[in-house]
Amino acid sequence: MPDQDTMLGGYRVLDLTQDGCMLCGKVLGDLGADVFQIEPPGGSPTRNVGPFYHDIPDPQKSLTWFYLGLNKRGVTLDPETADGREIFKKLVKTADFVIESFEPGYMKSLGLGYEELEKIKPGIIMTSITPFGQTGPYAHYKVTDIVGIALSGIMWIFGEADRAPVRIPAPQFYAQGGLQGAMGTMVAHYHRELTGEGQYIDQSCQQAVILTLMNTAEVWDLNKFNIRGGGPGQWIPRQPPEPPIFARTVYRCKDGNCIVLFGGGAQAGFVASSKALVAWANENGYIEELKDYDWGGMDASSITQEFLDRRSQLLEEFLMTKTKAECLERAVKDEILLIPTNDVKDVAESPQMAYRRFFKSVEHPELGETITYPGFPVITSEAQPAIQRRAPLIGEHNAEIYEQELGISRERLVLLKSRGVI
Amino acid sequence: MAKQIFEGVKICDFSWVGVGPQAARELALHGATVVRVESHRRPDTLRVMMPFKDFTPGVNRSAFGCAYNTQKYSISLDYSKPRGQEVARKLIMWADVITDGMTPGSLAKWGLDYESVVKFKPGIIYYSTCQMGQQGPLNKFGGYGMFGAAYSGYCQVLGYPDRRPLPLYNNYSDFIAPWYLTVALIGALLYHRKTGKGMYLDQSQVEAGVTLLAPYVLDYIVNGRIAGRMGNRDPYMCPHNAYPCKGVDRWVVIAVRNDEEWQSFCKVIGEPGWCGEPKFATFIGRKENEDELDNLIGEWSKDYTPEQVMAMMQASGIPAGVVHTSGEGIVNDPQAKHRQAFRWLNHQEIGPLLHNTPSYCLSKTPANIWKAAPCLGEDNEYVYREILGYSDDDIAEMLVEGVITTEADVPGGSG
Repeated sequence: MPDQDTMLGGYRVLDLTQDGCMLCGKVLGDLGADVFQIEPPGGSPTRNVGPFYHDIPDPQKSLTWFYLGLNKRGVTLDPETADGREIFKKLVKTADFVIESFEPGYMKSLGLGYEELEKIKPGIIMTSITPFGQTGPYAHYKVTDIVGIALSGIMWIFGEADRAPVRIPAPQFYAQGGLQGAMGTMVAHYHRELTGEGQYIDQSCQQAVILTLMNTAEVWDLNKFNIRGGGPGQWIPRQPPEPPIFARTVYRCKDGNCIVLFGGGAQAGFVASSKALVAWANENGYIEELKDYDWGGMDASSITQEFLDRRSQLLEEFLMTKTKAECLERAVKDEILLIPTNDVKDVAESPQMAYRRFFKSVEHPELGETITYPGFPVITSEAQPAIQRRAPLIGEHNAEIYEQELGISRERLVLLKSRGVI
Repeated sequence: MAKQIFEGVKICDFSWVGVGPQAARELALHGATVVRVESHRRPDTLRVMMPFKDFTPGVNRSAFGCAYNTQKYSISLDYSKPRGQEVARKLIMWADVITDGMTPGSLAKWGLDYESVVKFKPGIIYYSTCQMGQQGPLNKFGGYGMFGAAYSGYCQVLGYPDRRPLPLYNNYSDFIAPWYLTVALIGALLYHRKTGKGMYLDQSQVEAGVTLLAPYVLDYIVNGRIAGRMGNRDPYMCPHNAYPCKGVDRWVVIAVRNDEEWQSFCKVIGEPGWCGEPKFATFIGRKENEDELDNLIGEWSKDYTPEQVMAMMQASGIPAGVVHTSGEGIVNDPQAKHRQAFRWLNHQEIGPLLHNTPSYCLSKTPANIWKAAPCLGEDNEYVYREILGYSDDDIAEMLVEGVITTEADVPGGSG
């Protein structure tokens, strides 16, 4: 029976995914689903992705795996063997969701496509998360994070003007697909709850990243301009023949860097922020020449690059006298559009996230310690999504699931293991 | 067209700018009735930001103002006025879900925050999303996703070690937070169905951003390592970079994962002499001589277009891809076209305008996308009359009182 205290209690997920696509099952697990991470015998390739616990490169110590495997039980299984497929089908009978991230067509080639699974378990929801979707010209391309990121357009909007566009070094491509795959899976689940009808979900990571491009496709559609990353600020297109202008947003301060929106025009918040920022600087004897500047009258079509550069220079001279902490304190107090660029230490030690108890301790008995993880980024008044268990070790729950749940005898399990099935 | 999944779900959408509207849009794309409550006196920030049709500003001329509101209805209502609040409460009584995307405390001023609403509408599902979360020492920080991305750690790792951190043009945390919010919202709707209980959802967009940097954050927590900038390099692959190509500002990325792919890579580029040098024979050797290696590859790649390099590499099973421009490249990408990633819907003032579609395809109940994002107040007639049951006299009165706002109420200068 569904557990009343969670959103997905009582529902079972078979998760065959790898890398960032594992985020889909992780999120369903956060909501209370019983997720089985199914790995090939010997362990998932994702276990070889660093960083590693205490820098020990060991498949049982990948921190990437630790995070993406949260809230999952782990079994090993080779679906390419006939015995493996039979066991998988038995698991399907007990499941509500199957998630996979193999190359398009692979599951079908094993006789485990949606049509087959639907026959075994009517109403099942199957989610395939792949770089480009199941069909189309790129469907069988070889992909890594940077390749997917480049083909999704998001690299273009990051970078220096005089160098190649640049990617966020922590992989985002598959994670976006995994996260939006969880969203699509929940949409389909809602439908099933109302009608009993399951379905197949074809998630594209490229399309998921396209949905992070903000207004850049719209800028092309209306103004035929490609927004490109151009250093520590942004390029603002203007009606030709006026050239685009560059507005700095990254400023050095005493002990690091800050992001500041120092503008005006029609946005009341920008105007108030710039006024408050100049007032703060004036108190300290800086930016005197902009004391009475008409921020509300600022207009992208008439502003000059010289003015923007001068404004930026004055602001940086002032901020160089203040620390990140001083900047943030004043920004919050006076509603200034300014924030320090945190490093991961600042993130882990953020008083704001500590206040919300965002980071959660999880016991790792096998390491003899607890590790603190980022939690679920929504606090709910009921059925709070939460971390229930650490990521599984290789085949950790084989006995629990195969022996106790499916009733496969220990002798047979030994045989299956020696045959490389589990 | 088959019945849409969220048909019958009613959402009263007070949220604005980036995140809040996207979760409501996701349900609207699958049939929910979403009414945006807007005002000409204080238009959504995105309505006054570029791109504008013909570069001419106007609250109904920005495609940015449309981007997250596909398939929604818009009414213009000044709920700073008592009668406006009365209308808002009536709309809340009609709705199953209320959305808030403002700085914490903003809607409380008008009695439209969760605490006020739950008193007259028990069992309501209500979400609030903001940069930092509703409570806490920084809760009132009211920035944009550009700031959320900075606070969650992205800027510090984006860019090159010899330069300063880079901003994320796309306000990146604005495109992580909505997916979590939508997942939780659907969970809340199902929980309501099961238990009859309502739910309040309090999202921190910064925290959403942190989740996609989790391995870096854990590397600090467990190993004390503070991740820095590394350009386009990767700790586990080499070569791994963006290389210059034929044409102006054209690039291709190539990622070689193992020795086998390195051998294939050398064949594809015609096995120039340096390929055979012992220092490049192993991963460690390539990594130690990465600057030199990248220069050599760049010398080769600059004679080809990125499309040619991608085709040559992919034909030999080596991961490579064109660095698409953020607009033209994506809009014309054959795979994105195949997936119908964009649909052109007829916006009342802009005309045909590109709108995004979900990144997933549902086999039995595909999203039926037909309605362009609304102009401000475009659906006053339908919502005030049909949904809320106001008479012609009521509506005329509210127009005179300025409760229903019009173009005349747009603040000067933002035209």
